[in-house]
This record gives sequence, C-alpha cells and structure tokens, in this order.
Amino acid sequence: MDFFKRYKPGFLDYRNQVSGMYKSLFNFKLLWKQSIAITLAVALLPLLILTFIDFKISTQAMESEILLRTARVVSNARRTLTSYLEERKFALNFLTLDNTYDQLLDEQRLKQLLDNLKSGLGEWSDLGVIDHIGIQRNYAGPYALRDMNYSDQDWYKKLSYSDAASFHDAITMRSNISDVFLGFRNMPHLVISVLHSNPIGLDWLHYVLRASLDIDHLNNILSHLEVSGDGDVFLINHQGIIQTPSRHYGGILKPLPLAVPPPSDHTEVVESQDHLGSQVIIGYAYITGTPFILMVIKQKQNLMKTWYETGSTLLLFLACSILTIVVVVIGISTYLVNSIYQSDQKRLATLHQVEYANKMASIGRLSAGVAHEINNPLAIINEKAGLIKDLFTFRQEYKGDIRLIGLIDSIIAAVERCATITRQLLNFARNIQVSLQKVNLKQIIDDVLEFQTKEAGYRSITIAVDIADDVPEFVSDRGKLQQVFINLVNNAFAAMEDGGTLKITGRLGSHDKTIVITVSDNGCGIPQENIKKIFEPFFTTKSGKGGTGLGLSITYGLVKEIGGEIDINSTIGRGTTFIIRLPLVYHGIKGEADASITG
Amino acid sequence: MRVLLVDDEEELVSTLAERLAMRGIEASWVTDYRGALAQVEQEKFDIALLDVRLPEMNGLELKRLLAERCPAMKFIFLTGHGSEEDFRACSAESGKEYYLIKPVQIEVLVAKLNEIFQQ
Repeated sequence: MDFFKRYKPGFLDYRNQVSGMYKSLFNFKLLWKQSIAITLAVALLPLLILTFIDFKISTQAMESEILLRTARVVSNARRTLTSYLEERKFALNFLTLDNTYDQLLDEQRLKQLLDNLKSGLGEWSDLGVIDHIGIQRNYAGPYALRDMNYSDQDWYKKLSYSDAASFHDAITMRSNISDVFLGFRNMPHLVISVLHSNPIGLDWLHYVLRASLDIDHLNNILSHLEVSGDGDVFLINHQGIIQTPSRHYGGILKPLPLAVPPPSDHTEVVESQDHLGSQVIIGYAYITGTPFILMVIKQKQNLMKTWYETGSTLLLFLACSILTIVVVVIGISTYLVNSIYQSDQKRLATLHQVEYANKMASIGRLSAGVAHEINNPLAIINEKAGLIKDLFTFRQEYKGDIRLIGLIDSIIAAVERCATITRQLLNFARNIQVSLQKVNLKQIIDDVLEFQTKEAGYRSITIAVDIADDVPEFVSDRGKLQQVFINLVNNAFAAMEDGGTLKITGRLGSHDKTIVITVSDNGCGIPQENIKKIFEPFFTTKSGKGGTGLGLSITYGLVKEIGGEIDINSTIGRGTTFIIRLPLVYHGIKGEADASITG
Repeated sequence: MRVLLVDDEEELVSTLAERLAMRGIEASWVTDYRGALAQVEQEKFDIALLDVRLPEMNGLELKRLLAERCPAMKFIFLTGHGSEEDFRACSAESGKEYYLIKPVQIEVLVAKLNEIFQQ
C-alpha cells in the first residue's frame, strides 16, 4: 500500500473545487477511465472475436475430421466383414454344386472337404449335412453332433422349403448367415448354411449344408482395426444383441445398452450420448445379407483431448496477452493523463503568478498614489508647523513658552511618523517593480517585520531574528524576496496562538555558495498527508477563514523564480519550519542581471 | 543664495519660502511653469526646487526650459509621489542625490541647498 501511495499519480486525488478561470480544463479521472476503456476495447475486442472465431472453426474442423475418420474405419471394416462372410457363403455353395448329396453323406469325403476349406479359406469350425426334416446326417468337426435334430433352430426355420425353390425346376440354393448363438455345443458361434434344392424327377431333393464359424475369427478381424480415442468395435444383430465382445458395452449375447441405430444402406456416423452420459461418436453400418450391424463407438472426450490441450495452451497465451495489454494500456493512460494533469497544474500555477504579479503591481501603483496624495497635505502640515516653530524660535516674545514648543514638536513628530509610513509604502511599491539589485538579507527581513510589529505586539508574539554576520550582500530580486518573507511571516502568524515565537535565521550554506534561511513557528503544525500538497495552488486548511490557498503556492513560485529552493519540516503540535536556499550568485537569464541594478 | 520654489501647492511653497528666508536663504515661489519662466526673466537664481508633478508641464520639462535660459542654475526635484518612474527620470536628469520626497525636514533641505550651492 505504501508503494502504491508513493507512486500514486496526483490526478487520482484531484478534486476540481474551483470554478471560473482557475477551473481545470479536464476531468482527469473521467479522462483516465475513458482512455483506458476505449483503448482496451479497441485492442481487446478484435483479439477476442478473432480468437473465438478461430477456436470455433478449429473445433468444427477437428470434429468433422473425427467423423470422417470414423466413417472411413466403419466403411473399411464393413467391406472386410462382407467379403469375409460372402467368401464363406460362396465356398459352401460351391461344395453343394461340386458334390452330390451322397458324396456329402460320406464321412471321409466330408472330413476331406472340411480340411480343404480350412487350408483354403482358414478358420472353419465344422461342417455338417442336414436332411429335409432337420436331422444332421453327416458331420465333420470336433463335436459329436451327428444325428442332432436342427428343426427347431431359428436359422434352420428360416430355410424352410415351402417358398421360392419349389416353383423352379432347376437347382436352387438359398444361403443364410445366422446370428451368434450357443447351440448344442454351448459355445458362441455363427452358422452359414446353404439350402440346396435339386429336382429329381417329380420330387425334390432338399438338404442343407451348414458350416459354423467361431466368433474368435470375427474378433480377430475387428481387433485388427485401428480405432483411435479408446474406440470400441463390435457387432450387434438387428435386435440389439451384442454378437462379438465389446470393451465397454457388455459381453456376447447381452443386449446393447444403446438404441439400435435406424436401418441404412450406407455407412453412418452420428454424435450421441451413451448410457453413462458420455459424449460418443457412433459409426455403424448394416452388413448386407447378414443379421449384423457393425458398431464403432468412440469417446469424443478422448478424441478431442489433444485439441483441448492445444486449446488450453492457446487460452493461456491469450490470457497472458490480455494481461500484458491491460497492464500496458493502464500504464500508458496513467502516464499520459498524469502528464496532462501536471502541465495543467503548471498552467494554473503560471496563471496565478501572473495574476499575483498584476495584483502586486496594482497595489504598488495604488500605494504610490495614496502616498503622493497624503504626502502633499503632510508636507503642508509639516511646513506650517515648522513655520510656527520657526516663529517661536526666531522671535524672542514666544521663546519663553515651553509648552507651545512642545505641542509643535508633537505635531512635527506625528507628521514624521506619517511620512515614515508613506515612505515605507513608496519603498514597497518601488521594490515591486525593481528587478535585480544587491540586497541585504537583514534589511529585507527588518522591512518586512516592520509591518508586523504592531500585530506581534498585540498578540504577544516574540520575534527572534538571527542572521549570521558572515552572510554577505547578494544580488537578487528584492521585491520577490520581500513578498516571500511577507507570505511566510503571515503564514506563521496564522498558524500560531497568541504568545507564540517566530524565529528567522540566516546563515551560509554548504561551500559558501548558498544562503540558508529558516522561518520557524511553534504553531499547530501541518499533518504529514498535507505536506505534499502544501505548495499546490488552492490547497488550504483555512477555507472559510479567508484562506485562498494561494499564499504558499505563490511563495513556492517566487522562490523558484529567483533560483532558490523551498522545503518544509513540520511536526503536529510543535510547529513548522520553512527552509529556503538561495544562490549567492544569481543565475538568471543572461543580460537580466546587468539590466537594472539600481541602488 | 537665491532659490526659486515651483510647486502647485501654494500653501506649501509660500510657507517654505518664508521658513527659508528665516534661515537666510532668499526664496521666490511660483505655482506653475509660466510663473517660473516669468520669474527667471526678472531675477537670477542659483538653485530651483521643482515639484515633479506640475499642471500643464511637468517638473522635468520645466527643468530643461529653465536650464536653457539659465545654464548656471542647479535643480532639486521634490515630489510627493516617489514612484519608480519619477525616481528614474529625475535621477537620469540630475542625479539621484537631487531627488527628495515630501514631506522633507527643513534642516535636510537647507543642508542639501547649501551643499549644492557650494559646488
């Protein structure tokens, strides 16, 4: 707080109390606030708007990039799965065409075919031949499933003979891919089956060649897909039952906790919320000719993570920029407004001094005029009284009357007193106008105090003057010095109670180049917070008591004009000391010193 | 020593002339420049005591006219005004020691007159 107080610009405390010609031209606080507000608005608004727009566009670009990538993954996976299943379907079709029913019923042959399929197309679990009533007539594979009745199985029912094939007199084949189910072996698997219908005379030979696939094979295909953002790839059937294991949405044959996406011929990508409320990107595709829907579910939070990290770095940069701009704008505005404030204060101070000088010049002319007007009648009184005295003195008959002579002497003494006053007035008036001359410090102080002795007497104020003997005469502006002392002495008188002490000292300063003069009183003192402002124009603690707040401001200006400095020391309740340092050698404007040195 | 007193205050010059006379100094007095010019035509004066502010013509101009007519004449300015302009003008005209401000003590005036007359 102390730091702030010390460097607090003056205009923040400024109150424009006066009106008229000494009114300040500006409302500095308002000017300061406006300047900060406008500059900040102009600097920050475009920055904020641009940053906001850029952030929006980047986020959108990022999001559409994510959607596009998801769509690509789904589309690729769909193609792979479709061709994987189609291949197997075609292989079975080929077997029914390449082998007769009887050949297929041969155990060795079927085993041979399974081995061929495995070596040609990879993963097959088993192979079986089911007759037209649903009994498995031949079987090759690791389970004992021969003679099992499949007539109740869903996939078998879907291949019933009643339709299509019955009306054609050619070999027809209908194939089917089943959902994943447990079946007799109690292991999740899916079945690819081909219904082979062959006209034999008027009758038909119907049989079904079926092969089952472990879902591990499908898993392998799906797990090799590269899916970013903690993505989950799995299959569901049209009823929403999970067909291959999912990392986040449940095990095989469990219902998917999300809604089944609406049917579509194309790959689709949508944004949604999952059952836990997280934002997810769902890519899906209906795999044609199968009961499967390929699901790719990615956590949006994870996908956007990198972007959010970059975003927060940018946000930090934005915050730093804003902070810098704010600090610089406030700093510059404060500096500029303070400069305006200071020059305005200087303007006002100059205005006061000009007015003060004019006032003093008017007083000078007025006192000279008054002195003249009074001096003439005084001179007449003086001469008349003098004549009477002369008559008494020169003529013998009045000589004896001592009392009359005494009366005349009183009149002449009174005239002399009046003459002294008018001479002081004239002296004062003359010194206002005289600029540089050799001055005697003690003489000036005595002249000033002469006007104050009466008041000092009435108020029992002791005046002590102590001018060191080694203080020489020096060149300065006598009139200005006189005004400085008049102001300081008046000030001290105003600060003191009756019975106080005014002390004026003068001595040579350091290196004998300056004269240090102190004017001390033992009056009320000045509070610390006012000391800084004491030389400011219109600052007064005597408002309402006739103080204008100009005395010390003018004194300060006068001391500066004659090349000196003025300082103040004050303690509340103990009094105030003004210290003036004047140069022994006047460094005025060149030529001025020679212009008018008059005795 | 003959002295010419010029001041528009008749009360002042007449009394002053009488007092100077009592001290053995012959003094004539007039109240304007016409009187002064007429007076120097008739008599010869050693010193003129001029008021700076006179009606119609000021003391400085009168001094120049008188000095043309009587080159030997010396001048003292007496003024009630004491302004800086007066002081400078008079000092420039005759030197600052010939400048007195009213009211002046008769002893001071006599001393000054004697001093100038001696020169």
